Amino acid sequence: MSLPVRVGTLLVAFLAVVGGVIFVVIHFLLAGPPVVDYAAGVAPGQPVSIMLQEDPQNTVSNHPDWVSYFIKDPKTGAWVHTTLFQVPAGSRVNVTILGYDGCTPLRNPFWGMVTGTIGGVEDVNGSPVSVLNSWASCSVGHTFSIPGIGLNVPVASPTTLSANKNVCGLSPCTSGPHTTVTFSFNAPKSDGDYFWQCRVPCGLGYLDGFGGPMQTIGFMTGQMEVVS
Amino acid sequence: MAAETSAPATGAGEREPNHGMRIFIIWLVLALASDLLIWFVLGPHLPPGDLASAANGQQFDIKVMSAMAAPVMVFVLIQFIYSLIVWRHREGDEEDGPPIHGNTRVQVTWITLTTVIVLCLFGFGTYELVNGPGAGAGSGEGPSPIVNPPGAELTVAQQMAPYSASKPLVIQVIAQQWRFTYRYPQFGGFETTYLAVPQNQWVEFDVTSIDVIHDFWAYQLGVKADADPGVNNVAYTKPLQLGSITVRCDELCGLWHGAMYDYGSVMTQSAFQSWATASQAHFADVTKMLPPYATTYDPTEIKQLGTVLVKLGLTGAGGGYYPPNDPSQP
Ligand SMILES: [Cu+2]
Ligand SMILES: [Cu+2]
Repeated sequence: MSLPVRVGTLLVAFLAVVGGVIFVVIHFLLAGPPVVDYAAGVAPGQPVSIMLQEDPQNTVSNHPDWVSYFIKDPKTGAWVHTTLFQVPAGSRVNVTILGYDGCTPLRNPFWGMVTGTIGGVEDVNGSPVSVLNSWASCSVGHTFSIPGIGLNVPVASPTTLSANKNVCGLSPCTSGPHTTVTFSFNAPKSDGDYFWQCRVPCGLGYLDGFGGPMQTIGFMTGQMEVVS
Repeated sequence: MAAETSAPATGAGEREPNHGMRIFIIWLVLALASDLLIWFVLGPHLPPGDLASAANGQQFDIKVMSAMAAPVMVFVLIQFIYSLIVWRHREGDEEDGPPIHGNTRVQVTWITLTTVIVLCLFGFGTYELVNGPGAGAGSGEGPSPIVNPPGAELTVAQQMAPYSASKPLVIQVIAQQWRFTYRYPQFGGFETTYLAVPQNQWVEFDVTSIDVIHDFWAYQLGVKADADPGVNNVAYTKPLQLGSITVRCDELCGLWHGAMYDYGSVMTQSAFQSWATASQAHFADVTKMLPPYATTYDPTEIKQLGTVLVKLGLTGAGGGYYPPNDPSQP
């Protein structure tokens, strides 16, 4: 091989590697789901209301068969494919979760207990509930748990066979059988990122049901960013 | 120094000072000083503190190791610095050093000393590992530990017997992505996210996992035991002082491994008992839903899981929740 050919080959190889690195950084490390901002225009300490839904699938992602949460943008009212949201420090956070997914038993039924909410309960379709036994009956879809503040809410699922057979099939769900779960908790007084996760082993097909959507931000886990 | 003034080109006629003796004396003084400093000044601050017997034991071991290592390091440094000062190249000295081909005395001393040091460490380590009740240095000893504190409870029936302050307190550590929960079988088997232990009583940790491999590391208690699915890993410690505990997962276990930590505390015997009784009542509703207390819980085959769906009429999961062949990594 002549010198210019060798130099050219080297140069092409070098550029390919650099291009690959840049692609990986931009595509995988810097890109992430958007953050839904519930703190904008709200003074610290003032209450905020946030709204989420959990779906049996995520047809707007490149993993259409993964179970997924969505968060409602307070400004546009649109459901956003993300699990990141911002709340003001020290505020009371009123949460509404629409449970569109069917039931799956918890691996550890301990997480069927509601903890960390104001009053120690969640309202399922308007009635207060403090424990859901996912091993005894079809009752829990997913959970919304923020370990850093001791919050654990088993999100009730539709309970009947027909509802579980006819869950919504297009995300974000706008119709179909679902439960409405509401609860409130106090956001921490200081700034910080608090991860949240689901405790139902709903990553079907993955090791112990805990891979895939369970470990991917934008699906079954995310972060609450507390800002002041 | 005398060596420096008489230094340039020490001829055959001049008497060479006894370098060996000099180095030995300097070493003796400095080694003694550093060992005293390590033992009395640095020692009490060495990790992991002295909140519990296992922590205490580890601190003692680290003290002994440091005290043994310091003289060796001091010797190396002295040899190095002494050579730099005394045997450095001097102006006008173009002579080669004497050709030395081995030195039996140095070699024998060297091999003997290092052998003795290594054998001492081996003996010390073995002794510490099996020395007295609840040894094992606070690490997980598997389902049937060799050394147990008096009254250790290893069968499920024993562990579920009512609590007594004269026997070890049994705490089951259940690891799951990404949280530890603690089960107290002697108090009706309630489960909680807070780790409370009583002062001056042996604590038996029965560590297991209900998904992947985690590692239960209660730093201040000096306890560190792998949490493996399907394995009961037993570790002992005896909390000696009141204080708070930080528990971390020490085995990379997924996305939020780094956030897998929680807190606990060493309480007085009476405070612990009222905490445990209150918790038992507080968690009564959820305790009823838990599976019967067992030393391990199979993460892949829990009958109740499939039962619920089958009862409802959904048969997609086949009545076996995640059959052994299903959990597969992508
Ligand atoms: Cu889930
Ligand atoms: Cu872990």
